[in-house]
Order: sequence, then C-alpha cells, then structure tokens
Amino acid sequence: MSFDESHGSPKRSSMRTPLGRVRNLGAAHSGTSDFWRQRITGVAMTLLMIPVIVIVMMLLGRNQAGAAQILGSLPIAVILLLFIFASAWHMKIGMQVVIEDYIHNEKLKLISIMLNNFFSIAVALASTYAILKLSSGV
Amino acid sequence: MTARIERPLSPHMQVYRWTLTMALSIVHRATGIALYAGTLLLAWWLIAAASGPTAYGHVQAFTGSIIGRLIVFGYTWALMHHMLSGIRHFVWDLGYGFKANEREALTWGALIGGIVLTVLVWIIAYAIGGGR
Repeated sequence: MSFDESHGSPKRSSMRTPLGRVRNLGAAHSGTSDFWRQRITGVAMTLLMIPVIVIVMMLLGRNQAGAAQILGSLPIAVILLLFIFASAWHMKIGMQVVIEDYIHNEKLKLISIMLNNFFSIAVALASTYAILKLSSGV
Repeated sequence: MTARIERPLSPHMQVYRWTLTMALSIVHRATGIALYAGTLLLAWWLIAAASGPTAYGHVQAFTGSIIGRLIVFGYTWALMHHMLSGIRHFVWDLGYGFKANEREALTWGALIGGIVLTVLVWIIAYAIGGGR
C-alpha cells in the first residue's frame, strides 16, 4: 500500500497511526539513536560541568607533580573519564551532522565522516590513557 | 548510485531577515566546532600531566602566554555558551518555550548567561591564584 492510497480511503482504514506505521522502519531500525545519544551526552556533560570546573580550578598554578597527584585520585579520575567519554560521543555526533549538512560530494562526505570518527576516538583514547596512567601512578 | 531527483529548493539564506534565534543557531554550531578542536588542548594537557614535568611545563608556558590565555578564555566562553544554548534546546525538546517572546527570552538568556558565566569563572580562577 503506497502512502497516497492510504489517504481518504475508508476501505483501507487501519487502527494504526501514521507514526506507528513508520516506527522502526528507519535505517537499521535505529534512525533516532544519534538524536537520543546527543541528548544523553549533553545532559551528562551539563551535570558534570560544575565538578569539572572545580577540578580545573584545583589544578591552576600547580606544577606537574601537584597536578598528577590530584588527577590520579579516584573520584577525580572517574569524573574526568565520564566527561571525556560524553564529550567524544557528543562531538562525534555533532560534527557528523555538520558534515552531512554542508558536504554534498558523496565521497568527500564519507571520508570526512570517517576522519571525524578517527579524531573523536583518538582524542577520547589518548585522554583516557593519560588519566589511567596518572591513576596507576606509573 | 541513483540519479539525483530535482526537487524544489528552499530560498537561500540571504532572503531572510536576520533574527536573533537564527544567528544564535549558527553560533551554537560554531561554538560546537570550536569546542571540537579545543579537545586537542584538553588531551594535550592530560597527556602532558601524565608524561612529566617537561611536557607539563610546555602546556603551562602556552596557557600562561597572552595567546594561550585568549584561546582558553575563548574556549571557556564557547563551553559556557554551548551549554546554555544546549539547555535551551532541551527546553524546546520537551515542548516548551516556542512562543515568540519565550524563544527570544531563552536565546537572550543563553547569550548573556554565557558571557556572565565565563567572566565569573575567570574571576574565580584569578582570585584563587590561577593568574600567576
């Protein structure tokens, strides 16, 4: 049944709403997952903002030894890891939206999306590695 | 790849009168892109702290310089603005704040709030000795 046929044809009426008909029919059945994750990570970072600012303030004016000691403590490491994880995911989704909006050349678009993934994951892993190294005190 | 279908296009940007919400929508994206690049600074800082005094000294020399301070100040504003502008989007996502005056109020709130929070954070930072 095509979309047009469903209009004004009582014989083909259904109890299903238009939303119900299209739900789960998006790409890979997950059309809104990026939208939702963008919100989850955004809320997470908003909640983490004050603790993160406090941590940065604590480090101001300290030398490496002092900074390493603070960054290596468990609660601070966990807060920063959560913030980095949320940031990387949030910025990966955000940049992908920008790429999809403005880059119309198909090949260039796919390459850009790939590079965006690489960059976001590299930043997240490098930062995570640094924090874990500080936490283990090596 | 399938051939592109010729569809009617929306009028181009220039025909619209600039509105506050439209300008701030662009600023939201721009600050997002700036923050994206700024994560390199965050990663550099953390890696330096994990690497040792020499590497950390380089970061401190950079963030202590005039250009470094300007970048970190800009980064602070981008972060504060993007956060408040994002909270504005959460309000809209929940279905509130769509009346003309509400839209304007939320947008002005994000704009002014972002500047106020940035200045506040920097005043506190200098007060506790970050300016050394």
